[in-house]
Amino acid sequence: MKAAPFEYVRPGTVGQALSVLASWRGDARLMAGGQTLGPMLNMRVATPKCIIDVSRIDALRKIEDRQGSIIVGAAVTHSRFEDAAASSPTWRLLSYVGSSIAYRAIRNRGTIGGSLAHADPAADWPAAMMLLGARLTIAGARRTRAVDMKDFMLGPFRTAIEPDEVLTSIEFQTISADARWGYYKACRKEGEYPEAIGAVLFDRRRSIHRIVVGALDVAPQLLEPLAMIVGQQNKVPESQMILNAIAKIAADLSDVDLQLHAAAVRRAIVQAVN
Amino acid sequence: MAANGIGARLPRKEDARHLKGEGTFVGDIDFPNLLEAAFLRSPLAHAKIAKVTLPIELEGRAFTSAQIATSTKPIRTPSALPGYKSSDYPLLATKKVRFVGEPIAVCVAQTRAEAEDMCRQIVIEFEELPAIVDAVDGRKPGSPLVHEEFGDNLFVTTSANIRFDDAVKGADVVVNREFRLARNCMSPLEGKGALAYLDERAEHLVVYSSTQVPHIIRSAISESLGLEERRIRVIAPDVGGGFGYKSVLQVEELCIAWLGLTLQKPVRWTEDRYEHLVAAANAREHHYQVSAYANKSGKLLALDVELTVDCGAYSAWPVSACLEAIHAARNLPSNYTMDGFRCSTYSVTTNKPPIVPYRSVAKPSLGVAVEVTLDAVARELGLEPAEIRLINLIPADQMPYNTITGVHYDSGNYPRSMQTAIEQIKLDQIRDRQKTKEPDGRLIGVGFSNYTETTAMGTKVFIGLGWPLKPGFEQATVRLTTDGDLEIKVGVLSPGVGLETTLAQVACEILGIDPARTKVVHGDTALTPYSTGTYNSRGMVMAGGAVSMACKELAARIRHIGAHLLQERRDSVTLKNGAVIGARGGVVPIQQVAKAWYIDPENLPADVNPSGLEVTTGYKPSTDTGAIGYGTHAAVVAVDPEIGTVEILDYVIVEDCGTIVNPLIVEGQAYGATTQGIGQALYEEMRYDELGQPLASTLSDYLLPGASEVPNIRVIHFETPSPYTEMGIKGVGEAGSIGAPGAILNAINDALRPLCAEICETPATPRVVLNAILNAGRSQAGKLA
Repeated sequence: MKAAPFEYVRPGTVGQALSVLASWRGDARLMAGGQTLGPMLNMRVATPKCIIDVSRIDALRKIEDRQGSIIVGAAVTHSRFEDAAASSPTWRLLSYVGSSIAYRAIRNRGTIGGSLAHADPAADWPAAMMLLGARLTIAGARRTRAVDMKDFMLGPFRTAIEPDEVLTSIEFQTISADARWGYYKACRKEGEYPEAIGAVLFDRRRSIHRIVVGALDVAPQLLEPLAMIVGQQNKVPESQMILNAIAKIAADLSDVDLQLHAAAVRRAIVQAVN
Repeated sequence: MAANGIGARLPRKEDARHLKGEGTFVGDIDFPNLLEAAFLRSPLAHAKIAKVTLPIELEGRAFTSAQIATSTKPIRTPSALPGYKSSDYPLLATKKVRFVGEPIAVCVAQTRAEAEDMCRQIVIEFEELPAIVDAVDGRKPGSPLVHEEFGDNLFVTTSANIRFDDAVKGADVVVNREFRLARNCMSPLEGKGALAYLDERAEHLVVYSSTQVPHIIRSAISESLGLEERRIRVIAPDVGGGFGYKSVLQVEELCIAWLGLTLQKPVRWTEDRYEHLVAAANAREHHYQVSAYANKSGKLLALDVELTVDCGAYSAWPVSACLEAIHAARNLPSNYTMDGFRCSTYSVTTNKPPIVPYRSVAKPSLGVAVEVTLDAVARELGLEPAEIRLINLIPADQMPYNTITGVHYDSGNYPRSMQTAIEQIKLDQIRDRQKTKEPDGRLIGVGFSNYTETTAMGTKVFIGLGWPLKPGFEQATVRLTTDGDLEIKVGVLSPGVGLETTLAQVACEILGIDPARTKVVHGDTALTPYSTGTYNSRGMVMAGGAVSMACKELAARIRHIGAHLLQERRDSVTLKNGAVIGARGGVVPIQQVAKAWYIDPENLPADVNPSGLEVTTGYKPSTDTGAIGYGTHAAVVAVDPEIGTVEILDYVIVEDCGTIVNPLIVEGQAYGATTQGIGQALYEEMRYDELGQPLASTLSDYLLPGASEVPNIRVIHFETPSPYTEMGIKGVGEAGSIGAPGAILNAINDALRPLCAEICETPATPRVVLNAILNAGRSQAGKLA
């Protein structure tokens, strides 16, 4: 399958990208790494009249390691996370997540912003950013705004980005040196989209107790009461307790799906508390 | 033995070009003004075509059945089987579409993208019909009909009862199981492809096709297009994997041949992965009801099997929709003795792509049914699964052996193979290991599976299969070049299986000419002797035999000329290491013999054979019953009971393919075929929704095993020559795919035994495994309550 004809534009700045986007009035699609959009174009599932390639905009490729926080540009590739020096607990976590996405060839092109904007519930970055409590910066023609990760992904393949906006960067607080985290994916095989994600972060110094369950039919979800209990007790809870916590936020999961997600969460907890 | 002759572990000659990316596949060929074709395919599984609107501006560049049907014949596959109904598979759909992906129109343009754009301008109005998606449902009376003229949805039914009622009288246990084997897709690296153009000088239509069977494709094109065979030349360039998909005729290659002829311009179609997955190369989908009867000591008394094959919408040529069921019914007794056998088969037409023969045809699926049932019988009787196999395997002293269904096994020691697998997989150690819990909570299991591979079957067997064309003698041409090198020409085709190397090794064995100095020509109807082609693991047996026979004759002629040059008697010289050696120690290299024939004929003996240094001869084994490879697969797996994943920890293959021509290639075939068997067992599944829409259209939905899923496979060889074939060679290409699924499922079931869970379907995905565990848990809880 070959893509239907489209115009191709490669702007050098976010401002240019926004003005091209506006000029096509909804008939243009932004492309970063193209690892999902590429096949969609070829299968003619997506037939935009214009592709705006944002992968070469320098501002979107920056990583700023600040005091207490990290800001990454939306067009930073998965492999840059994978290859980052494990210089802090935060970078160890980011590198771990980045290195487990699909295959190296995909990681060389696929980007964090593309993954978040596409909002596949089974993708890694939505779950990982939920875990880190990230804040996303979205630029529009008139204003630039910030959105919390928990308000960003509205559902499968739906986000808070308006049709005339561009996701530009993602910011999150760094985690403490003695923070404990776990990240577990249940995959059919190496490199495939997971069937369940469990992600756990206990950062006592910053009073953070988070458990995220991902690869649901909806956006990744926080299991807040469970996280509070496990964070305080610092031990692996009974499996039934995890099953109940997930069943509460995703009532229509099949028995098998419930089991898969509970196992993923349990294994992430085991990584974090042991 | 010559240094690089039979048995040499020689790297494949063809690898040099492939590793450099310098092979020539259909997609690599270029012509000035080459047009690329795209097919408009049905979006619906079953519908009447009410109206086709072809925009006027596409005239001469877009074609539907209205343009093509009057000058072509649909694919029709006759079969001699009683009651068989043949389908008409039109080149482009006429009144109805019968599966998603069926071609309706074809467009040509400078680029594939433009041709696809044109396809989107064609408007088709459909009247949707209810689809048959499940073969078992399709058997029910009153079902919607895929082919109205059939009156039901059955291509053919068969039944056999061989001493069944007497055999079951002494049974102590009956074990019943139902098996569902998923539809698989063959997924060679290179999909199908075809390119056609009219060669005015040679007065023929040249069709490049990625095919295993160029000569019979020529006959098929001739039949469909009404063009005499002398006016068609089919060339198979490099073929990037066949696996059986490329042993059948595709409507697309007929369309390309028609376009090349009609437009008088070169036209190409290259199948893409979407087309491959959705519209072609479907295989393996069987449904079984099995009852095994045994006595207390574990002796198998009889098998009772009902098999339903999901044949898809049309009967593929030349294999027909009956092949799977007929092959299964013949081979279900597998490697085991039994007193009775009953089997009924239903070959059902459904609204899916035609089922085509995939590496080993029906055997991987029937292997699951037989081997998993055997383990169930062992569990029922409290026997070790390895033990029940040793009890029932055909004893070595009964070879050659006719199975209860009449399959003739030529040679071998089946129990020794099983015993070796037990030792190599270290069964005792695994049973010990299972007594303690694994630190990571996973469950360990071991599974076995025996197989036979019925290769290079001959005329009589194919008559029994009802085939429209049957293989007979296989021919080869061998010729010394003027500089004393060797050319071999064969009608079989090497779709990446190394025949360019192994046939040269056979010649080396006899002539002493190093394979580096031998050129194997194959895959061109204008250059090679006729052959029904490469399938049924027959290439090495048949073409290898023919090359051997031809080389023996050539050797005699070389010795004759050489003796004359040495001034010795013909019977006092020998041919060794590429030279004629006289009794008095004189040496005449083959180059000098070639020079005498071609350049200095004044030096030839007066009674020289005027046919010279070129020999074409035919060969077939001394019986038609085939050369039967066999062996045992053993797998150790770890099942994660919380997330349902299966990891293969250890894998052993014990195999016997008769005389081994090249161990490196035999092992490569074993690794590749076993990998496909792992795919069937754990990953591969072409699913459809209730409307007949395929649910896997990319390789992210259709999972194939990759490097990280394939274990380090250990291969142990035995070599029992076939008594019926030249040099004792047996075929080997398909074996691995037969043994793997049964061994892996048995290993999983062995691991799940403490949980009372069992898997009787493929693929055993994490969801299938978890479902079995959860269901077993519920039924255990029910029992306790």
